[in-house]
Amino acid sequence: MKALRKYLDKIKPNFEKGGKYHWLWSTFEGLETFLFVPNTVTKSGAHIRDAVDMKRIMSTVIIATLPALFFGMWNVGYQHYLSLGETTGFWQNFIFGLQKILPVIIVSYVVGLGIEFYFAQIRGHEINEGYLVTGMLIPLILPPDIPLWIVAVAVAFSVIFGKEVFGGTGMNVVNPALLARAFLFFAYPGDMSGDKVWIADKADSYSGATPLGHALVGDFSHLASFKDMFMGYIPGSVGETSTLMILIGAAILLITGVASWRIMLSVFAGGYLMGLLFNLWGANEYMQIPAYYHLVMGGFAFGAVFMATDPVTSAQTNKGKYIYGLLIGMMAVLIRVFNPAYPEGMMLAILLFNVFAPLIDHYVIEANIKKRLKRVKAIVNS
Amino acid sequence: MSAETKEREPLFSQKNLKLVTKPLNLNNPITVQVLGICSALAVTAKLKPAIVMGISVMVVLAASNVVISLLRKGIPSRIRIIVQLVVIATMVILVDQVLKAFVYDISKQLSVFVGLIITNCIIMGRLEAFAMSNKPWPAFLDGIGNAAGYSLILIIVAFFRELFGSGTLFGLQVIPQSFYELGYKNNGLMILPPMALITLGVIIWVQRYKNRELIEK
Repeated sequence: MKALRKYLDKIKPNFEKGGKYHWLWSTFEGLETFLFVPNTVTKSGAHIRDAVDMKRIMSTVIIATLPALFFGMWNVGYQHYLSLGETTGFWQNFIFGLQKILPVIIVSYVVGLGIEFYFAQIRGHEINEGYLVTGMLIPLILPPDIPLWIVAVAVAFSVIFGKEVFGGTGMNVVNPALLARAFLFFAYPGDMSGDKVWIADKADSYSGATPLGHALVGDFSHLASFKDMFMGYIPGSVGETSTLMILIGAAILLITGVASWRIMLSVFAGGYLMGLLFNLWGANEYMQIPAYYHLVMGGFAFGAVFMATDPVTSAQTNKGKYIYGLLIGMMAVLIRVFNPAYPEGMMLAILLFNVFAPLIDHYVIEANIKKRLKRVKAIVNS
Repeated sequence: MSAETKEREPLFSQKNLKLVTKPLNLNNPITVQVLGICSALAVTAKLKPAIVMGISVMVVLAASNVVISLLRKGIPSRIRIIVQLVVIATMVILVDQVLKAFVYDISKQLSVFVGLIITNCIIMGRLEAFAMSNKPWPAFLDGIGNAAGYSLILIIVAFFRELFGSGTLFGLQVIPQSFYELGYKNNGLMILPPMALITLGVIIWVQRYKNRELIEK
């Protein structure tokens, strides 16, 4: 470690202003702060000091996704061998999944970070950690069999058009990971929907439909049991099948205070409420499935925990967070039931209300201003 | 009288040429004036309809520019919009009938958008801004120039959308079959209108990058 520090200090002047490689400053700086805690501190004035910075927050989210990721790897293998009719051990399943998913993660990071570095370099910005979480979330919401070049295209699209054109990390309007998924959903529907893509190297005779796929065709007799869907023994995108693992991740996020419990709670509440409403209506079989099924089917839980809570694209005010979450949950179930051509309503619902979040905040703040004005007037008049 | 004719500038003077060339880049009706976006999004999924659309707009714009320029002294300013619309509508109906007669299938693809040339902001904009205060010949050149700028963007957008969306150009397959066998797939989003907007955005991006003075403050 010491030798590395010494080496970095030795080559540092080359990258500083006037140095030979000044044009590579962002890259150097990014690498240095990645390896060592920056030792530059503010010199004057009183500051609140806290250990939480962007790097810490991003690392926490990454850790929170790990249970879902590891379970996803195992499940990919499990579903694969199940479709072949073979019974296999834990490690065989896990290693099969690892072989499928690791390349996707690598492609996602290499392409995404490459573009981020490039833009930071051009703009003369420091490289920040913004892509670390996105790069992990993208593989988790894709089917296991997704071709790698398609992943690369989607990552490039979402980083450039979802983030960089708006000004980089923290300036994006919609969640970049979901944007990548939405892009794939519309651009390459053959690889993103249907019954064929959810199990890696599936045997042809085996039905690979997800619970949402079964619901789509009205086949409710084959719908997986609640326990299977909760535990995640179902085909689906890599990280979203196991609600249990997602809840472990949610616990990590909530205990560390990284994600907003208001949003998570209200998304689940919104979905459940909408499910109950449909139960009351009960016009078709899809409306009659128990309301809590909606919370474990498809990407609902994953979206609620990891996507809707993205601090950049969600609502910022506390009241706004409740409204934002409720609307996402209700809209997700609404899209699922009413328009089964888009089986994954969660993605579209979150993207939609990402766009509306600033408007929600605006009205919450306006309402607060009005309330306080009224209070002032009441005091002045009395 | 005679003095005026002597001072008459040549047909393709520097100033007149500028009327044609400026809208191609620095004063492009789509990317700089941001007019006519709607039709640019709608007809650019394939190259052929985009080109036909470009030619139609060129005919309509040049012809109505000339007509309005000829009438400019006689049009009462209070009803000038209606007069302009009547002229544009006449031209559009003529173009529409010609398309229906000679290239019926493309006319069907362009469907309502030929009729909607009437409401294309570029045409009203040029009539108001240029033809109402200029002589017929410069007005004609202005019409050609602006329509060419419009068509240029349409063709660029359509080129990329058809290439990546369908793997074809003018309906002929250009992406070799071996690519598909290796696992390449056409991008379905390219055929949908949102991607036209994004492609257009990229063109605006590149153009602003090349010509810094176009960047809005």
